[in-house]
Amino acid sequence: MSARSLRAGLPSPLRTLLRAVVLALFAFAIFGPLLNLLLWAFAERWYFPNKLPLEFGLPFWYRVFQPRGNALASLGTSIWIALLTVVLSLAVAIPAGYALARLKLPWRGAILLLFLLPQAVPNLPVYVNIAQVFYQIGLNGTIFGVVLVHASHGLVLAVWIASAAFASVDASLEEASRNLGASPWTCFRTVTLPLAAPGLIASAIFVFLESLDEFTGTYFVGVPDVTTLPLLMFNASMGGNYQIASITALLLLIPSIGFMLVVERFLKADVLAMVGR
Amino acid sequence: MTASEGTTRGRWIGLALLAPALVVVVVFFVAPLAMSAIVAFRRKDGTLTLEHFTKAFDLYTTDLLFTLVIVLLSTLLIGLVAIAIAGYLTLGENPRTVSILRWLYRWPLFIPFVVAGQVMRTFLAKNGMLNHVLIGSGLIEPLSAQSLLDWRGIVIAFVWKQAPFVTLLLAGAMASLESQHIEAARNLGARRLRVLIDIVLPQVRGTLLVGLVLSFVTMLSVLSVPLMINPNSPTMVTVDVAYRINTFADYAVANALCLLSLVLAAGGAWFYLQHAVGKVEKA
Repeated sequence: MSARSLRAGLPSPLRTLLRAVVLALFAFAIFGPLLNLLLWAFAERWYFPNKLPLEFGLPFWYRVFQPRGNALASLGTSIWIALLTVVLSLAVAIPAGYALARLKLPWRGAILLLFLLPQAVPNLPVYVNIAQVFYQIGLNGTIFGVVLVHASHGLVLAVWIASAAFASVDASLEEASRNLGASPWTCFRTVTLPLAAPGLIASAIFVFLESLDEFTGTYFVGVPDVTTLPLLMFNASMGGNYQIASITALLLLIPSIGFMLVVERFLKADVLAMVGR
Repeated sequence: MTASEGTTRGRWIGLALLAPALVVVVVFFVAPLAMSAIVAFRRKDGTLTLEHFTKAFDLYTTDLLFTLVIVLLSTLLIGLVAIAIAGYLTLGENPRTVSILRWLYRWPLFIPFVVAGQVMRTFLAKNGMLNHVLIGSGLIEPLSAQSLLDWRGIVIAFVWKQAPFVTLLLAGAMASLESQHIEAARNLGARRLRVLIDIVLPQVRGTLLVGLVLSFVTMLSVLSVPLMINPNSPTMVTVDVAYRINTFADYAVANALCLLSLVLAAGGAWFYLQHAVGKVEKA
């Protein structure tokens, strides 16, 4: 302790300056791109070689939010799809995560690998082939079809985090409750589940954001009736309309940054340490 | 081990609990993937062939290598950034710097890839804010300003978006370490970099690997970022796949390309299984 407090007690000005410069550069790396997006969202006219927009204004915001504009409808669709995806993913991920964390399983490595698969494979061909099958059974262009695709992808993080959350629950607490006569189900409901709840909420957040983030699957399976916000943003950007794209991107940033600010309340260090074990 | 009385019964219960998740993954992921593998190996008349792979290599060998290099370089940079930030958060001595850094690093954590692509598309352009700041601070001449919207743009977008995720995992793992070892080494006069490399990192290796492998395979399958930042050749394989399908409806070559990137991803998964799962099962 003594060596440490001694060094902290003598801050050399040079060291402080260096630290400030590095932090400032880092802050620019993080916020520079976001600030640029903000400028584009409020720019009315902006072209080369001007450093800043020539005119600021809200006309593009009116265009995005006008009643017959499709941004609000896309926002609603995106949130509804994400909520349904969370419900479906957690309903299957909670039992699976518990089994992976607590029970002796044959082929455990192979099962973990299987759950890695949707993250491990370029999703494009999977979505294309799913779209062909869904088209034949009438699921293409439906919310339910998109939810199924999102859930098969979001499951990965849900299962891994749920498994980590259950693994971080002290097994001796469960044994104590079993020894006192609780049935396995009562023990799970009253001891394991509440203790794992913060981690499970975190996995719900991850699945929700994965679904909001999702682009390729929606493009193939959602066509032509389901337009989510990322799809709207992409079309605007590729069409060269940076204002509309930036405003839509800002809408997508709100939930992302909101969850980022609260995530550590749910995802504690002890759970993080168990991820992938 | 509470529910595993009677090993056989425990196994069946475990598999029953896993079944719904397995069904979702198998029906909506593995089956379409198998379809993809069949399409990649078949001619129109149904006979087996390797000609789609020959064509894929003829047209896209550069892009396959380009993809591998970009994703490996991004993974490496993400690892270095995550170790540096998480290391400072754990061992840093200036409380204010630590708390500012902790607040700063995670802003891009949950930002969608599509949005990261759009953000970087404007930020890194020749007329983007990065060049204006570099010119304004006198670091480069206005005439030497160049667009970073090529392979560098993809790497920057990937690292910007994905490093906070690995850092979050790593900082969490480091925070749950026993602090006595660290304190002891520090009291014996070890420099912080030594403590980080010799004492902290070996204990959080598993978590770092999980984060990096997940990032590796995620980046391998991102379509939006290369499409928005660098759609022209050489580019990433995902763009080629979309191009084969949208322009030629050439599902065979597209699926062949996907199987080739699956081989790359399998490399990552194998690496993980070797280093993380195996270790725990032996323990």
